[in-house]
Amino acid sequence: MKFTGVWLVVAAMALAGGSAAFHAVGSPRAPKAPGGSSRGDFGPPQGAPIHASLTSPPQVPAPIQRNYPARVIVELEVIEKELPISEGVSYTFWTFGGTVPGSFIRVRQGDTVEFHLKNNPNNKMPHNIDLHGVTGPGGGAASSFTAPGHESQFTFKALNQGLYVYHCATAPVGMHVGNGMYGLILIEPPEGLASVDHEYYVMQGDFYTTGKYREKGHQPFDMENAIAEKPTYVVFNGAEGSLTGDKALTAKTNQTVRLFVGNGGPNLVSSFHVIGEIFDKVRYEGGTHEQENVQTTLIPSGGAVMVEFHTEVPGSYILVDHSIFRAFNKGALAMLKVDGPEDKSIYSGKEVDSVYLGDRSAPNLAVVSQATQAAQSGTLTVEDQIKAGQALFNGTCSVCHQANGEGLPNVFPPLAKSDLIAADPKRPIRILLQGLTGKVTVNGKEYNSVMPPMSQLNDDEVANILTFVLNSWGNPGGRVSADEVNKARGAGNVQGKSAGH
Amino acid sequence: MPGTKRMRCAPGLFVCMAAFAVSAGAAEYAPIPGGSFSSVLPPDGKGAPASVAAFRLRTLPVSNGDFLAFVRAHPQWRRDRVAPLFADSQYLAHWIEPVRIDEAQRNQPVTHVSWFAATAYCEGEHARLPTWYEFEFAAAADETRADARDDAAWRERILEWYARPSTARLPDVGAGVRNFYRIYDMHGLVWEWVGDYASLMVSGDNRDQGDPDLLEFCGAGALSTQDRENYAVLMRVALLSSLQAADTTANVGFRCAMDGSGDER
Repeated sequence: MKFTGVWLVVAAMALAGGSAAFHAVGSPRAPKAPGGSSRGDFGPPQGAPIHASLTSPPQVPAPIQRNYPARVIVELEVIEKELPISEGVSYTFWTFGGTVPGSFIRVRQGDTVEFHLKNNPNNKMPHNIDLHGVTGPGGGAASSFTAPGHESQFTFKALNQGLYVYHCATAPVGMHVGNGMYGLILIEPPEGLASVDHEYYVMQGDFYTTGKYREKGHQPFDMENAIAEKPTYVVFNGAEGSLTGDKALTAKTNQTVRLFVGNGGPNLVSSFHVIGEIFDKVRYEGGTHEQENVQTTLIPSGGAVMVEFHTEVPGSYILVDHSIFRAFNKGALAMLKVDGPEDKSIYSGKEVDSVYLGDRSAPNLAVVSQATQAAQSGTLTVEDQIKAGQALFNGTCSVCHQANGEGLPNVFPPLAKSDLIAADPKRPIRILLQGLTGKVTVNGKEYNSVMPPMSQLNDDEVANILTFVLNSWGNPGGRVSADEVNKARGAGNVQGKSAGH
Repeated sequence: MPGTKRMRCAPGLFVCMAAFAVSAGAAEYAPIPGGSFSSVLPPDGKGAPASVAAFRLRTLPVSNGDFLAFVRAHPQWRRDRVAPLFADSQYLAHWIEPVRIDEAQRNQPVTHVSWFAATAYCEGEHARLPTWYEFEFAAAADETRADARDDAAWRERILEWYARPSTARLPDVGAGVRNFYRIYDMHGLVWEWVGDYASLMVSGDNRDQGDPDLLEFCGAGALSTQDRENYAVLMRVALLSSLQAADTTANVGFRCAMDGSGDER
């Protein structure tokens, strides 16, 4: 240990505060290596100045191997540029380093950081930077106020270890942050962080556009919605789909993954969760202490967290803000793909997710039972089937394929104007009965996920749902009968259920 | 040519406007009645109205062509001769040579000019830079109204220009909106110097914790509900306050103003 017991006591007192201090001193729960700026000064910088190598998200600079404090030169350029925020939707982002979030900065506690902020000559706005890892008024903001085509320099000593947000603090602050002006700086403890197999950089942000969610074209910033805190988009790494499909994070089974996750805001607090994983370790709020076995961790706006987990089971793990409408209706969804051999002792990989199924309210069932009666009396029309099918679709299918049949990019294929359906209108029968796993190309895009067999649906219901789908959203039309479904069940050796379940 | 021979235009001399109108190539100035209005920077820091006396404002921002004539007449303002104290290294950097411009630049607004250079130019037109209040007063207008600031669509139009990086070619002066006072391009073309820009009290840190007046102006003022419409205007203040008087950028130009309404007798 580099630290003496005296320091421990001081820090413990600072943490416990007031009358509880004496209790904390003698307590076995007294923190082992608390932070604290008073112990982060390791003297003047040594050796030759070092130029920090910054990385664009989701990459993280390599761990620091130095064992002495250095002068580290950081050069960061502000660039105002148009980038996609969703497919077919562009937005003018104000960026630190050309990306949202901005470049990842990694220094060592005790380093003297010589910071150069450059404002690209083509920019329209003045900008500055407030690094939450700076000790000093404004976090550097007033010292870095920079007109377009100019450069500012200031220097600080990184006294506190931890993961810190940086952001622009120029008027109007909310607009600068809302346009993407934030990123993370990691101030590593002198002994470094534990070695892991992968480190990634993910940062959430909320965005406010005058157009609706996914309204095509260039979308300007909407101040009214920003003030009302009603975002159009909530995304990871500056765009919907920035970390899905080919751009998904990757790992192998039996590896340890560390995520540096920030939340730029400007408004929302994130309930960060990885579907299918449990965080083995969470350094909550980006600080020094560790929580273990965490499902969902809260990341304040202007805050950050380090999470670690070990991978056991291959597959796709979805990173979400578990304020869940943000994930499925505003874009807060990213993906980690884990490759490797199955381990059925840990996860069978075959179980149907029953939570979302059978979720049908009473009014919907009225049209469903009407269709069932019509089928029995032999008077069933296509319209009956479509009505019943729509009710069933909304209860069962729309969770993934969406009520408008558009699916979710890179995750759930569209049913609307689907070339797969057009090519073989009967194929969906088999898909419903048997499920569909693995790669499938729909409307020129490849999808690779799992649809479980809808074995809880009876023949009538399957026929009605598919008739609805065939007659909706520009699909070719036509009709699927319960007989056809029944035959397909037989052919595929899929056990049918009796009507009514 | 501007700045070479020009009738002195001062209160008390009539036919001033007429003289401008007939003088070939002379800049046109339009009268603005002045009055009291609510500024984003209230004079008392709280909400008192600002008042502006009648003045005249150049209808067009100064163009590269205008500024070239000025530099020819006043070679001490050539980029290769200017004192570094008065202009940074990017002063007129977009010109081909110290006294030569691309013809396509002639009618574009001049940019890459320092506050000192802009002040000198206006003196050459027997004018001065407008004050912030004068600029803000004239810029409150849209095509049909003297004060359109309450109109969300008007604000949206301004913010939309802010949101676009200036990588595209600058339009010519006079190609944009002509406002209620017959002034062109008050928004949507370039930022513009004002004479008293250095006294605009916006700190580099929007949330300045030191001076309560600053907080009033920048933090509370900008973010309070009653003032949130002023965001668009406040950003102009923020830009100007980031500049030193010798600084030049690709987006900052200027126009000039004169005292009086022009028809005093």
